Amino acid sequence: MLKFDDKQYKVNVGLAEMLKGGVIMDVINAEQAKIAEDSGAAAVMALERVPSDIRADGGVARMSDPDIIEDIKRTVTIPVMAKCRIGHFVEAQVLEALEVDFIDESEVLTPADNKYHIDKWQFKVPFVCGCRNLGEALRRISEGAAMIRTKGEAGTGDVSEAVKHLREINSAMKALTIMSDEELFGAAKENQVSIELINIVSKTGKLPVPNFAAGGVATPADAALCMQLGAEAVFVGSGIFKADNPEKRAKAIVDATTHYKNAAQITESSRGLGEAMKGIQVAQIADEHLLHTR
Amino acid sequence: MTLSKNIIVGILALQGDYEAHKKQLQSLAVKAVEVRLESDLKNLDALIIPGGETTTMDKLINRFELRQPLINFCKNKPVFGTCAGLIMLSKKIEDNQSEVEPLGLLDIDVLRNGYGRQVFSFEDEININLGNGKSQMAATFIRAPKITRIGKGVKVLGEFKNEPVLISQNKVLASSFHAELGQDTSLLRYFLETFTSG
Repeated sequence: MLKFDDKQYKVNVGLAEMLKGGVIMDVINAEQAKIAEDSGAAAVMALERVPSDIRADGGVARMSDPDIIEDIKRTVTIPVMAKCRIGHFVEAQVLEALEVDFIDESEVLTPADNKYHIDKWQFKVPFVCGCRNLGEALRRISEGAAMIRTKGEAGTGDVSEAVKHLREINSAMKALTIMSDEELFGAAKENQVSIELINIVSKTGKLPVPNFAAGGVATPADAALCMQLGAEAVFVGSGIFKADNPEKRAKAIVDATTHYKNAAQITESSRGLGEAMKGIQVAQIADEHLLHTR
Repeated sequence: MTLSKNIIVGILALQGDYEAHKKQLQSLAVKAVEVRLESDLKNLDALIIPGGETTTMDKLINRFELRQPLINFCKNKPVFGTCAGLIMLSKKIEDNQSEVEPLGLLDIDVLRNGYGRQVFSFEDEININLGNGKSQMAATFIRAPKITRIGKGVKVLGEFKNEPVLISQNKVLASSFHAELGQDTSLLRYFLETFTSG
């Protein structure tokens, strides 16, 4: 079922490669998209409401209005991504028809199918999917995802879940690299993925597609933390446009992501940003309100 | 020609697929250094400007005061740009909506996303001639630019559908496709052997 040699798939993983070292920012309209581009964002993610508003307002969260997506496409030259609901392959068809550059099949929106994810091999446009652990990441890749991101806990401003998911995936991959063949078969069974995919990770110690961080990133130091933990780029949702000074914070997060190993630079980026988004501790959220379990 | 392994090649690492270039350099046992600040340009023998987002690179070049140092470096030493790297090396960008200021080291004009958005990205065979006869190579075009004007001093080394996709001028080599994504290091070897010798 894996079609890693498919030319379109290679080109799609290639676009994910081009976004590395960058910041992908959630935006709800063209005005925010322009601020994101001016700050140096590598791409923007169009959605109806930022995650912290979805969390506060409740209700069903869906794909953006096509008019807004087209307005954003006209406004910026960087790639435009958009979110669709988990399993909602018709929203994905609409987003492909709109020629967005990447689709995020996202747990932040209300799932449309509680059993199946989208069969992403049916599409020309690339997909990114969230995960909490290696099994989820590899199952999404089996379904055709060209990029993986951690789920984190979106809309909280609390980076702890993203950190947990990055560490989980890293240590699970590291473990695979030293396993014997029978242990690898066991790992395939445990993670409910093909031995073929387990063998790829076992050989390289890495996912076969880029691995980005998302969920709760609110400060330049948060972004650099994810990068130092092995994320290859960072998604920022509510963290920018729910903060005091979005323009300044957006630039600071971009700068800290570029210079993620340079403490002096991260220090400079962290100065005088005003209030970050207020946020909510993940530990205080009731289980039924968690997004990452979707 | 043989490959001198004692050289140090910098890769502009503000954003983009700099790791892919690094991996290729390391597979040829050439030392690779990530360049994010002016001080990183010291002691380098050549520079690679990778693929990535041109608008992002342009903003970060300005924010970290790299524009003049990069221009000075590239006037004296060899540079290889792929995709966004080619756009940054060009003289003029058509329809320059994001007001990107190219470095102006290659006498060409370019149109960003000349083939369209991601759903129109593709991999195909291109015709190249690196001075030892015609051959074909697989090339990956991702939201790739088109070269719309070529100045007198610019040599065309590769074409796709009769349009230039691989060019050189003095010590600058640039491709509108990504030569760094696969295992094939022939173009990187060509750059190192032909541009960094002597």
